[in-house]
Amino acid sequence: MSSWLDYTINGLIVGNVYALVAVGLALIFGVSRLINFAQGSIYLVGAYIGWVAVVQLHTPLPLTIIVVAVAAAIVGLIIERFGLRPLQNSVRIAPLLATIGISFVLDQLVMLTFSPNPRALPSQLPDVRFQVGGGTIGPLDLLIAGVGLTSALLLFVFLRYSKLGWAVRATAQDRDAAMQMGVDVNRVNQAVFGIAAALGGVSGMLVGMYYNQIDTAMSLQATLKGVVAEVVGGAGNVPGAVIGSLLLGLVESYGVAVFGTSYRNLFAFLLLVVVLVLRPNGLFASARQAPPEPLTGTFIAPSRPVRIPRWALAVAAGGFAVLPLFPVSFYVLQTLINAWLLGMLALSLTLVAGTIGQVSLGHAALLAIGAYSSALLSLTFSVPVGLAIIGGGLMSAALGTALISPSFRLRGHYVSIATLAIGEIVSLVILNWESVTRGPIGISGIPPLSLFGYDLISPTSIYWFSFAVMVVLALLQGRLLTSHLGRSFRAIRDDDIAARAYGLSLNRYKSLAFIFGGFAAGISGGIAAHLYSYINHETFNTQQSILALTVVILGGLGNVVGAIVGSVALVGLPELFRIAAEYRILIYGIVLLLLVRFRPQGLLGTI
Amino acid sequence: MTNASAEPLLALTGVNTFYGQAQVHFDLSISVTRGHIVCLLGGNASGKSTTMKIILGLVKPRSGEVSFDGASLLGLSTPQIVRRGIASVPEARRLFADMSVRENILMGAFVRNDREAIAQDLDKMLTLFPKLGQRLSQRAGSLSGGEQQMVAMARALMSRPRMIVMDEPTMGLSPLYVDRVLELIRTINQEGVSVFMVEQNASLALEIAHEAYVLQTGKIVLSGPARALKDDPRIRDAYLGGSEAA
Repeated sequence: MSSWLDYTINGLIVGNVYALVAVGLALIFGVSRLINFAQGSIYLVGAYIGWVAVVQLHTPLPLTIIVVAVAAAIVGLIIERFGLRPLQNSVRIAPLLATIGISFVLDQLVMLTFSPNPRALPSQLPDVRFQVGGGTIGPLDLLIAGVGLTSALLLFVFLRYSKLGWAVRATAQDRDAAMQMGVDVNRVNQAVFGIAAALGGVSGMLVGMYYNQIDTAMSLQATLKGVVAEVVGGAGNVPGAVIGSLLLGLVESYGVAVFGTSYRNLFAFLLLVVVLVLRPNGLFASARQAPPEPLTGTFIAPSRPVRIPRWALAVAAGGFAVLPLFPVSFYVLQTLINAWLLGMLALSLTLVAGTIGQVSLGHAALLAIGAYSSALLSLTFSVPVGLAIIGGGLMSAALGTALISPSFRLRGHYVSIATLAIGEIVSLVILNWESVTRGPIGISGIPPLSLFGYDLISPTSIYWFSFAVMVVLALLQGRLLTSHLGRSFRAIRDDDIAARAYGLSLNRYKSLAFIFGGFAAGISGGIAAHLYSYINHETFNTQQSILALTVVILGGLGNVVGAIVGSVALVGLPELFRIAAEYRILIYGIVLLLLVRFRPQGLLGTI
Repeated sequence: MTNASAEPLLALTGVNTFYGQAQVHFDLSISVTRGHIVCLLGGNASGKSTTMKIILGLVKPRSGEVSFDGASLLGLSTPQIVRRGIASVPEARRLFADMSVRENILMGAFVRNDREAIAQDLDKMLTLFPKLGQRLSQRAGSLSGGEQQMVAMARALMSRPRMIVMDEPTMGLSPLYVDRVLELIRTINQEGVSVFMVEQNASLALEIAHEAYVLQTGKIVLSGPARALKDDPRIRDAYLGGSEAA
C-alpha cells in the first residue's frame, strides 16, 4: 500500500469492522446504561467459530457468516440471561464488573480450547485486487463493506419499523415509561444482546479473514476499539457509533501512514482521551442530552465493614513477620512475596476505586511507570536501588496523576474507560519511545534489590523487605482513611455534587488520592523491576489491572485489610491447590463473577 | 369510605410500603369505583407518587393487597399490569423525547396487535387533541409542556385502558392548559375510563373528581365525596401539614 487512497480505503474497511462492534455496544449502552466489556470476547468467539466452520466443517462463506452470527447471538443471550439479568437490582458497578468477569472467562475458555497460538482463517475469496483510481480494492474489502452496510440497513429498518425495535428505542429513552407502555424490558435486553453479539461475532470473523490470522489477544483490543468508537460517537448513539468507528479507522490508518504500524493503537486511545476530555457526550451529542450518568453513591455497594480487633491484626502481622524463621519452603516465600507486591497495588486501587470511587481499569500503568523509572534510575544514573524505588514511587505518583487529571471531571463508567485508555497509552508510549524505554526489547540486567549497600538476594530478605514496605503503606493508608482527608474522599465518592456544594475541590482531592495511590503502586512496580531483573512493555498489562480490581472487590472496596487479605487469597489459593497457570485467569474471572453476584461488598465489607 | 355499592375497580387494602428502613405508607386503603374519577391529594413527601408506583408494579409493598377488577396485581410485572387495562400518565409526562409525536402516541398501543383499530384510534386522538395533528412528525421533546401533556394523555388512551392513573397532570402547565387538561380528563372519564389521579392542587382536582383521599405522611387522613371535601377546612390543614392529629 502506498497511495493515500489505499490508506483511506483501509481506514474505512477497518472502520466498518469497528462499527460492527461499536453499534452493539451502543445498543446495549442505550438500553441498559452498561458498557459491555465482554463485547470483545464475543468477537473472539465469533472468529474461532468462523475458524471451526471454515477450516474444519468447510462451510461456504454465506453459511459461515450465518453460523457465526447465530452462534454468537446465542452466546450473547446466555450472557444476558445468566450473567446480567440476576444483577438487575444490584449497584451500578455490578453489571460492569460482571461483563469484565465474563470476558475473562470466555477468553480463557477459547484459549484453553484452541491454544493461544495464532491460527490462519482463510477467507475463501479469490485473492485478486481491482484498481480503483490510484488505489486497489479486493473482494474481502467489498465483503466487509457489504456486511457493514447491510447490517446498518437491517438495524435501521429494525429500529424504525419493527415493534421490538420501537421497544428498544423507547427503553433507551425512558426505561420506566417504556415499562408503563407494556414493554417487557427483559425481552428488549435479550434483543439487544442478541443483535450486539451477532454483529460482534461476524466482525471478529471478518477481521480474522482480513488479516488471515486469529489469536486470543484480539478480544481486549476489540473491546477497546469498540469502546473508543462508541464514546467518540456518543455513548448509546447508534448512528454516532458508526461514524465514530469510521473516523477511528481513518485516524488510525492515516496515523500508521505517517508514523508506522506500532502507532496504530496510540492514535486510537489519544482520540478517545481527547474526546472524553473535550466532549464527554461524544462528537454528535446535542446540548439537550442529559450529562452522562448522574450516578453517585450507588456505584459502590454500601455495607458495614467487618471489624477486626487491632490485636488480631497485630498478631497476624507478627505471624507473617516471623514466618521465614520457620522452615518454610522457598516456594511459600516466593508466593507470599508476590502477594505483598500485589497487596501494594491493591492498596493503591482500593483507595482510588473504593475510597474516592474512581474505578480504575488501567492501574497496571502505575506499576509500569514505577518499574521503568526505578530500573532506569538505577541503570542509567547509578542511583542506589533503595532510592531508585522511592524515585519510581514518586514518578508514578506525579506522572500517573498528571495523566489521569484531564479525566477528573468524568464520572462512573467514563472514569473506567479513561483509565483503561490511559493504561494502554502508557504501555504504547513505553513500546514506542525507544530512546528512553528501549522499546520492544525491554530493559534487562536491572540490578537486584539492595538497601544501604546490602544486596537483598535471599528469599527471606526479599520477603521481609516487601512485607515491611507493604505494612508501612497499609498503616499510612489506614491513618489516611480515619483522617479528615479520608472523610472528604468518601464524601466525594458518595455524592460529588453535594461534596462540591460543601466546598470540596474535586480536582484537588482526586489528585491527592491518585498521588498517594500512584506512590504505593509505583513502589510495588519498582520492587518488581529489581526482583524480575527484566521488564518490557507487556510485563504490566491489563490483566494485572483486572486482577488488582478483583482483589480489591474480594477484600471489600476501600478496605485496607481487605486489599491485603484479597491479595493473599488470590495469589495464594491457586498455589495451594496447584492450579495450572493457564487456568488461573479463568478462576479469577469466575471469582469476580461470583463475588459480584453473591457478595458485592467483598469478604471484609466496603468502607 | 366511599359509597361504592358494587365491587370497586381498583382496591388497595392495608398497604404498607418501605424504602429501606423508612416507612412510606401506613395501612393505606384506597378504592376506585368503576367509572369514577378518584383523586389522591397530598403535599410533598406524603407518599402520593409511591402510591402510583405501587399500582403500576414499579414498587412492591411489604404487606397489603392491590387488586384490579377483582384480581390481585401483586406479583405481576409492570407490563403485565398494563395488559390488564391500566394505562399511566407519569409525572412530568416522561415522553420518549427523541421519538416523534406519532411514534409516542403509537407506543401507547404497544400491548395491542389490532393494526386497523390502532390506526382508527390514532385518528380519534387527533380529533380529541386537534393540536397534535400538525405536530405528528416532530420530536416529542421539542413540544411545549402543555402539548407534551396532550401527547402523554393520548399515549395512555391508545392502550384502550379501563383505568388511567395520572401523576400530577397539571404540574408545570400554564393556566390555559390546566383548564384544558382538566376538561380532557372529564371527557375521557365520560367515555367510560376510570381515572385515578394524584394531585397537589386540591381545589382544581376536587372540581372534577367524584371521590378524594387526602394523604399525609403515608396515612389517609381524610376521604369522601369530592363535593363534601371541597369545603372542608381540614383540607387546608392537611395540606400545610400543620396539624399532625388531623
